[in-house]
Order: sequence, then structure tokens, then C-alpha cells
Amino acid sequence: MTDDATDSTGPTGDAVPMVQLLTPTGERTTDPRWEPYRERAAHLDHGHVRDLWRDMVLVRAFDDEATSLQRQGQLGLWAQCLGQEAAQVGSGRALAPQDYVFPSYREHGVAHTRGVDLAQILRLFRGVDHGGWDGEAHRFHNYTLVIGSHTLHATGYAMGVQRDGVVGTGDPTVDTAVVAYFGDGATAQGDVNEALVFAAVNQAPLVLFCQNNQFAISEPNERQFRVPVARRGEGFGVPGVRVDGNDVLASYAVTQEALERARSGGGPSLVEAFTFRMGAHTTSDDPTRYRTRELEQQWRERDPIARIEAMLRREGGWDDAWAAQVVEEAADLGARVRETVRSMPAPAPASMFDHVYATPHAAVEDDRAFFAEYESGFADGGAR
Amino acid sequence: MTTTSTQPAIEAQVAPFPTGTTTLPLAKAITLAMRQALAEDPKVLVMGEDVGRLGGVFRVTDGLQAEFGEDRVVDTPLAESGIVGTAIGLAMRGYRSVLEIQFDGFIFPAFDQITTQLAKMRYRTSGRVSLPIVIRVPYGGGIGAVEHHSESPEALFAHTAGLRVVSPSNPADAYRMLREAIASPDPVLFLEPKGRYWDKGPVEVAPLALPAAGAPTAYDAIGHETLDRAVVVRPGTDLTLVAYGPSVHVALAAAAAAAEEGRSLEVVDLRTISPIDFPTVVESARRTGRCVVVHEAPVFHGAGAEVAARVTEECFFSLEAPVLRVGGFHTPYPVAKIEHDYLPGLDRVLDAVDRSLAF
Repeated sequence: MTDDATDSTGPTGDAVPMVQLLTPTGERTTDPRWEPYRERAAHLDHGHVRDLWRDMVLVRAFDDEATSLQRQGQLGLWAQCLGQEAAQVGSGRALAPQDYVFPSYREHGVAHTRGVDLAQILRLFRGVDHGGWDGEAHRFHNYTLVIGSHTLHATGYAMGVQRDGVVGTGDPTVDTAVVAYFGDGATAQGDVNEALVFAAVNQAPLVLFCQNNQFAISEPNERQFRVPVARRGEGFGVPGVRVDGNDVLASYAVTQEALERARSGGGPSLVEAFTFRMGAHTTSDDPTRYRTRELEQQWRERDPIARIEAMLRREGGWDDAWAAQVVEEAADLGARVRETVRSMPAPAPASMFDHVYATPHAAVEDDRAFFAEYESGFADGGAR
Repeated sequence: MTTTSTQPAIEAQVAPFPTGTTTLPLAKAITLAMRQALAEDPKVLVMGEDVGRLGGVFRVTDGLQAEFGEDRVVDTPLAESGIVGTAIGLAMRGYRSVLEIQFDGFIFPAFDQITTQLAKMRYRTSGRVSLPIVIRVPYGGGIGAVEHHSESPEALFAHTAGLRVVSPSNPADAYRMLREAIASPDPVLFLEPKGRYWDKGPVEVAPLALPAAGAPTAYDAIGHETLDRAVVVRPGTDLTLVAYGPSVHVALAAAAAAAEEGRSLEVVDLRTISPIDFPTVVESARRTGRCVVVHEAPVFHGAGAEVAARVTEECFFSLEAPVLRVGGFHTPYPVAKIEHDYLPGLDRVLDAVDRSLAF
């Protein structure tokens, strides 16, 4: 990792070009290689950038609130996205309404960009629902906890998009791309590699978006691969690019390029957003066992939200009164999330028999009937 | 969506659909059910390894790619998890895939996608996502194959809620059950007794259900007459033989042999392993007072254990003997030269019948 250079080094020492439009201190980069991406982000004026800052601040406030709720016993578990907001918001804001997202389980920032009510994400972590939102309505599928398995679903969905003829029509309201989000650990899974094969063979309109936060729970990149993720696609015939995942503008521009390739019929792409999980893997994890304080400090200095504030201040686009409003809005969001979660009831026990099958299955119906009869034995207030 | 220019062109030889009752081998009854489904619904896809150009290693998909094209009858990469995983995504986009896993022993790379993803997606999404996917698997032994080509993994899938697991024993059921499986909004594991692929029998062909232009295919009209329903394929009074798939043939042979000695065996073809039609089995076992379950899969933790437990529970006061099971041993499938010592053949079934009747 380098602090301000635009290239970063993979585990094997290979230098991989890394697209960066803003330095950690908020300066615009001038590297001529990134001129095409600079052009893609050129229409984002200070108003747009402030909107991105707001997105990230809201997501972080939600994330902090969820962590607190877990500590208070209101959630069984929480997976923070702290530090990954730029990769998620930047890529999410590049999506068109018709695009479809298959997230992993840490994509709260992307969920926010898809209009998912963030409080509803906590249904899964509170243990009242396996999902929590209408995937079709938001074009944002359920979180997937079995690492990498959803990348195949995304690939298949993209193959369906192809068959529906909504790729390469030239109409930006019609042409559709599919995005699968996954982490550095997932790249070791067979399903991710099969997704690369199927997507490449079919030239499916897919973006494989890897947030390389450098640790698969405790295992660093060098325990997952010997070739940087951005170069993983080469052997499959899938173009890849590494982007500074803590740079929201670069994340936006790189994703937009990959989405356009997909929508226009140019096939799949692999994006590696190089970032850092500033928090723990989940609230059950203890990062002090596998990361140094020095490394954590280095990445605190690359905080994606601070970078945008620095850029806006540097360029005269910052507005203290407006920022204070956003901070207040974030506090309100936290309060609302807290209130919503505490009032989320457990489902009725008998609901466990619902939605196992679309049409009745004798074994489920037998169990349902048994359970109802068993429960009815306690109807008179007897101890259970 | 790409043409394989390295391969020779093939011409479609499209025969008219048969009507009424026709005689077909079991394999071709399956082909016919897929061909009709492809003709009836443009969202139906057939996918698998070698299913297109080659027509499948057993030729069960023969002619389908020539008739319906490479985008609907898809030669996939050689990756079973990928086949099932992409079919899930396609289903979320409205496509109805009929998948072929080339052999029973090759299904395990897809085990996670089938049991964790396919089986549970409806549940995980509170009923919002339906995955009407059929996974066809040639299964079972007796064909002298090399290792991993003769297995019977049904119990592993029947143990997973969210899946339906079925296995036909004859051409008529194979045709009808596959039509119903494709129509089902639930995922169905369709286990084909490969050793009986070329058994011929009468098949009653349903008229092609072509919807009016723009209308959805009337899957409700296809019904649910064979799936989930066991059937008494030979009536009898002394003992109930319960079997499915390739073992029905063995059970019928055993009943015929026993009849020569004056014993009347009833044979029940389960047809569906998940769910099991217990009312039909229990009615028969109560009547005969004796029950023997036959399957090729290992007896230990097999489907027969479920049948035995349930029959014991529901027929306890009607039984003259404990429910017995005949099946494979708790070993990996053995080499071909001794597979007939492993499989539950006629003699082992009759031995169990004798033990039950002697009780």
C-alpha cells in the first residue's frame, strides 16, 4: 500500500495500476492514465459531490447505530461496512434503475443507493427475517452469506437479461447490467471462478465488483491469491481494473465504465476496489489478533468520507451549515433505526412452515399440523 | 449467445408431435416432455453438459438444439455448480430451466447450489422468489459403469426442505411426471433410472398446450396427478413391496416369482420420494400386514428407513412382521463386476419377503 501514489502493490509484489482521482488529502490527481475516468466523473459538480458525502455520512451513522444495537443485545450480529462507504456508494450511484444487484452481506452502502430502508436490513441481523426487503422492487437481491454463491445467480440473471434483448439497444433506459458484489476472500471460491467462466463464455452483461478490504476475516490477501484480483479476469477473458476504493469519484467512474460495457453488449468486467475494513469482520470478531494498530492508523488517514470533505474545503465547495444539517439528519436516522429495530417483533412460531414450498408438501403440512396441535395444548395458559 | 463456428452445421429434422397413445422408450418419453415444454413456453430452457450438439451422453436431449436453437438448448461449461447457480439467476429473470447433470456421481459439485441456494431461496425471500427449476439426473446402477456413474443419492436431497425429489419407473410416468415437474413452481430433482432408459411402454401424449399469443403458459392446466402420488402397480394381499425408480422393475419381478409359489404381493411405486405419499403406502400395509421396502441406495439412513418408521408408527396394530428393507450396502458403489451382489436384485427381495412371511 502506498499513501498517495496511484499504484498499489499486490501480495506478490506486482505493481498494479490503481485508478485514483482524489488523493487521500482531497487533491485532484493528474496522472494522464486516468484521464478517461476523470472525464466520466467530470459532470459531478460540488453539489453532486456533497450528495455523495451525505450518502456516506448517512450510511456510516446507520452502521454505527447497528453496531451499538448489537452491543445492546438488540441484534444477534452485525457486519460493519465502516471504511468501505466510498466503494459502495460510488459504485451504487453509477447504477441505472433497471440494473440488478446481487450483494454479499456488507453492502449497506449499496442498499442505501438502491432505496432500501436501511432499518429493514436489520431484520436479518435481529433474527426476525432471512431477508427484509423486496428484492425485485429495489432490484437489490437478498444478502448472501454463503460466500461467492450469488455470483453465479448474478451471472444467470445477466444471461436472462441477454435473452430478453435488453442489452446493446442503445437506449439508456432499457439496456441493463447486473452487478455482483463480493470480497477478496470470495475470490478463492469455486463459484466465483465458475461465474467468471460462464460470464465470459456467454459475454453476459455482468460487473463482478470485488471490494478487496484486505482481510477475509483474519486471513490477509496472501492467503487467498498470488495474482492480484484485478488481474484475475485475464485468464478468463474478462477485463479487470483496480480502483482506489476509498475514492468515491474513482469508484463511480470505474464502475460506470464497466456498467456501460455490460449494457452495450461488451461483456463482463471485473472491478477490484482496493479498500480497508476499518471495523471488525463482524461484532463477533477481534481484529487485534490479526492486524496491527499501525495498519489501522494508516487507513484511518485514508478515510473515504474525510477525503471528500477535504476536497470540498480545498475547492471552496464546503458549506458548514449544510454539513451540520446532514449530521443532524444522520442522527435522526440513527434514532429512527434504533426505534424501528426495538419494535420489530419476532414472527409467529408457526410462520416457520410458510414459504418452504410453493405448493403443499406433505411433510411440511404434517409438521405444521403437529405443531398447531402441540401449541393448542397450552392454550389455557398452561406453562410451556 | 455465440455460435460455435468450429463445429459442423446441423440441420433440424423436426418431426410432428405424436398424438394419442404411442410406444416410446423411457428416455424418449423424457425427450418428448422436454420438447413439448420448449414448444409451449419460450421461457423454457434446457441446459447441461453436451445436451446440445451431442444430444446428451444418453441422447435424451437429442434433436432439441436443432429444433429450438443454441440459446434455448444450451451446452454449458463443464461446471455443475455453475449450471445450477446460473439457472437460479435465470429463474429470477423469468426463465424455466430443465437442467441435466450428466451422471449421479457428478451432482456433488452442485450440492451447495442445490441444497443451500435452490432449496431455500423461496423461504429466504418470504415467498417472493420462486425457482421453477428441474434437475434431471440419470441415476442408479446395473449398467457396468466405472466409478461415480451408478449412484443413488436421493436421500441426501430428500433430507433438504424446499426440494421435491421424484423418480419414475416407466415411460408413461416419466413423460407425465416430467411435464408436471416442469410445471411445478418448486424445484424438482428428477431422478431417471438410467438402467431402464430403453424399456419401452405406452405413453399417453398430452395435446400441446400452446397459449394464445402473449398469454402465459397455462402451467396450472398441466396439473399435479402423478407427482406426490404413489400408485399400486400390482395389487396383492399377502405383503406390500414399496419401491421407486429402477427398483420397481425388480419388485414387479419378485411379485411375479412369488405368485408362482402362491404368494400374493402388492407393489407400490412411490414415484415421489419427497414428499412421500404415506396414505397410499399405509393403506396397503394395513391391508397386507407386511411391508418390505426396496431401493438401490444404501439402506442405512435411506428413504426406506423413513417408510419403515412411518409404516410402523401408523400400522403398528396391523403389522404381522417388522418392516424390512432391502437395498445397497454401507459401502461406496462397488466395481462393476460385483455390482449385482450389491444391488437389491430379485433373490435378495424374495429373501426379505420370505423372512417377513416367516415371522
